Amino acid sequence: MYTLIERFLPAASTYAHDIDGVIALVAIIVGFWGVLAEVILIGLVVAFREKPGVKAQYITGEQKSEMKWIAYPHHLVLLCDVLVIVAAVRVWYNVKQDLPPPDTTVRVIAQQWAWTFVHPGADNKLDTADDIAVNDELRLEVNRTYHYKLESRDVLHSFSIPVFRLKQDAIPGRVITGWFEPTKTGTYDIQCTEMCGIGHGLMPARVVIESADGHAAWIRSHRPDASLAAVK
Amino acid sequence: MATPIHEHHGEGDHGAHAHDDHHHDPGFVQKYLWSTDHKMIAMQYLFTGMFMAIIGGYMAYVFRVHLAYPGVHVPGFGQVNPAEYNSLVTNHGTIMIFWVAMPVLIAALGNYLIPLMIGCDDMVFPRLNRLSYQIFLLSAIVLIAGFFVEGGAFGGAWTSYPPLSAKAQYNNTPLGAPIWLVAVALEFIAFLLGGINFVTTAMNSRAPGMKMFDMPIVIWMIVIASILFMASVGPLFAGAIMLFFDQTVGTGFFDPNKGGDPILWQHLFWFFGHPEVYVVLLPALGVVAEVITTFSRKKLFGYRTVLFTSFATGLLSFFVWAHHQFIAGIDPRMANVFTVTTVLISVPIAEMMFVYIATLYGGSIRLTTPMLWALSFLVAFLIGGVTGIFLGASGADIYFHDTYFVLAHFHYTFVPIAILAVFCAVTYWYPKMFGRMMNETLGKIHFWLTFVPFNGIFIPLFILGLGGQHRRIWSYENFPELSRPEYYSLRHFASISLIIMLVSQLIFIFNFFWSLKAGKVAGKNPWRANTLEWTADSPPPHGNWKELPTCYRGPYEYSVPGRESDYWPQDEKS
Repeated sequence: MYTLIERFLPAASTYAHDIDGVIALVAIIVGFWGVLAEVILIGLVVAFREKPGVKAQYITGEQKSEMKWIAYPHHLVLLCDVLVIVAAVRVWYNVKQDLPPPDTTVRVIAQQWAWTFVHPGADNKLDTADDIAVNDELRLEVNRTYHYKLESRDVLHSFSIPVFRLKQDAIPGRVITGWFEPTKTGTYDIQCTEMCGIGHGLMPARVVIESADGHAAWIRSHRPDASLAAVK
Repeated sequence: MATPIHEHHGEGDHGAHAHDDHHHDPGFVQKYLWSTDHKMIAMQYLFTGMFMAIIGGYMAYVFRVHLAYPGVHVPGFGQVNPAEYNSLVTNHGTIMIFWVAMPVLIAALGNYLIPLMIGCDDMVFPRLNRLSYQIFLLSAIVLIAGFFVEGGAFGGAWTSYPPLSAKAQYNNTPLGAPIWLVAVALEFIAFLLGGINFVTTAMNSRAPGMKMFDMPIVIWMIVIASILFMASVGPLFAGAIMLFFDQTVGTGFFDPNKGGDPILWQHLFWFFGHPEVYVVLLPALGVVAEVITTFSRKKLFGYRTVLFTSFATGLLSFFVWAHHQFIAGIDPRMANVFTVTTVLISVPIAEMMFVYIATLYGGSIRLTTPMLWALSFLVAFLIGGVTGIFLGASGADIYFHDTYFVLAHFHYTFVPIAILAVFCAVTYWYPKMFGRMMNETLGKIHFWLTFVPFNGIFIPLFILGLGGQHRRIWSYENFPELSRPEYYSLRHFASISLIIMLVSQLIFIFNFFWSLKAGKVAGKNPWRANTLEWTADSPPPHGNWKELPTCYRGPYEYSVPGRESDYWPQDEKS
């Protein structure tokens, strides 16, 4: 159960397992309730099919002794809800509210219909001459804490990296800061997950996660490029 | 003067006018648009809603075939380009919610059932009622007109988020976007008028002896739903006017470059949009309550429990809207508040499910076609309900937001509401509406060929959602993680299931029209049910009863001990 989502996609960030954990917890709880309710529902239909000579019972459901059949599950549902809420809020706090200090900050700019990723270059500082801006490809170093500064030039977009379990809308006029720490090398999809016009389905990008050496080599291979850096 | 529609389809004395295609009938306006009879207005809403459902279903067919077989020439449409794809998904959603679920569940059922079930001759504001339908019809025409203007129909999703929806330079539908908005606004006006009528009628025109807690649950549900609608639509209506100004005269209510805020629209939209889910859910639950009590010959388990959980759900539904916006850029602390309210709304809804299941206990269950629909509603809605918890839990929603998991979840709520419960209602009240029984064998074949493929569509889509497939994407070819062959197998399965489900609706259409003439004559009370509509003639004449009924008891007195018969109509003195 714990690896429900990992059957489909690897978990490639530090918090991916936490999010998968909430999903697994909810799956167990609602799976239990859902299956139980369906089994009872279908079981009752089978058990109480019309039989000749048998009259239905007269049950108002308003006596104390009858209402307990609703009251007990009611309290159990409430208890399960509390469990789900606690688990969800803890993970949410970790992913969206409590940002660890960054090793590196990247700028992510969405527009109709492309992504621009501005990497800080060798000096590890944004807004300097050695920034490396790349369209539709985000280059990261594994096991490093990143902050992203998410912007939009035109309409709403959403920055989603499914293997990180990360999603955040981009809003024109705002800069939204978030974080992630990649834990696996490889190349994965980046999606736009907010309807952004005709080209919404044509806005794919890739994230390339490399070892420290590989990433450093990539940075060295880029000379500072004034024209691209100007898009920041 | 109103003419019950059955005469029109039968061998009545209408001569040349007696043919099925009333849309070209010269007397159309006088007879069918200008009627103030609640039953005729209900029929107008029902048939308009069913017609719009065919359009919405056709759209689903086109984009599902395209998604399963990208680039294919879709029979009956052609190749689907990205702009067309966006228009199709946008309008499929808009139509199915605003022009199918709303008119059929609230307007058609409300108009038909309220006077008949509370024992009065008509709605208290019959002319307001007529105006409501006329505005609704106009709104439907305006919406469809959007497909025939330059630039095509709006394609910015049914949520119409600005800045995309606000500027033609972004959405490339300079006329389509404002037309869509005007259509939606007109539709709101129509339902506001209807809502005033439903609440006023149910509060004031009940038969002598019918106390508030003697009203059938479905009437309560329509009343609560109308109140929810009226209380939530105001902010969105204001938002729609602001967005219309942004689109047409260049104001900047939602434009950050002019000091506006795009997120404001999302709050206005979802402040309405989430109660709206319950606006259509509650009447559907009401229908199911009527049908399962009748066909299990049981009193509803805890009438007041159902009512109080409905009140609780309605009230709570005003405080959950931002769960649609967890990752939209709202203050992340706010997500914690809305996670709590959202997950807690499962309590009253679960309780309602328990009540319905408990009602079956000790019953004498008859699996007629309406009962099959009612039970299938419970089976499917349970799945829709529990999968909602994944999305209400903020931590899990980060992954699931805007994936096919969300899409499958809300189709597991809206299909039970707008399809299963509507078929339940139509098959249950058909004998009352038209005086004849529908064919049970065809009804059951139609049921299985709708319910099984429905699951066949959305179970694969749940799985694709788990795999991270995001919504509203024209083609997955560009996403290596989503273009694996096994994912295409799931898409094929879903699309083929949809085609089977759509084609099966021909069985229903045939059964519907064939039974008008050939069905067994129903009589007043073919299901041996308690509520007052079954004491009127089938179909009820103008004015419903020669002498209005008096009510002596609650609506669910089935199998009362010590009585010979297993039902006890509300109007029977002893």
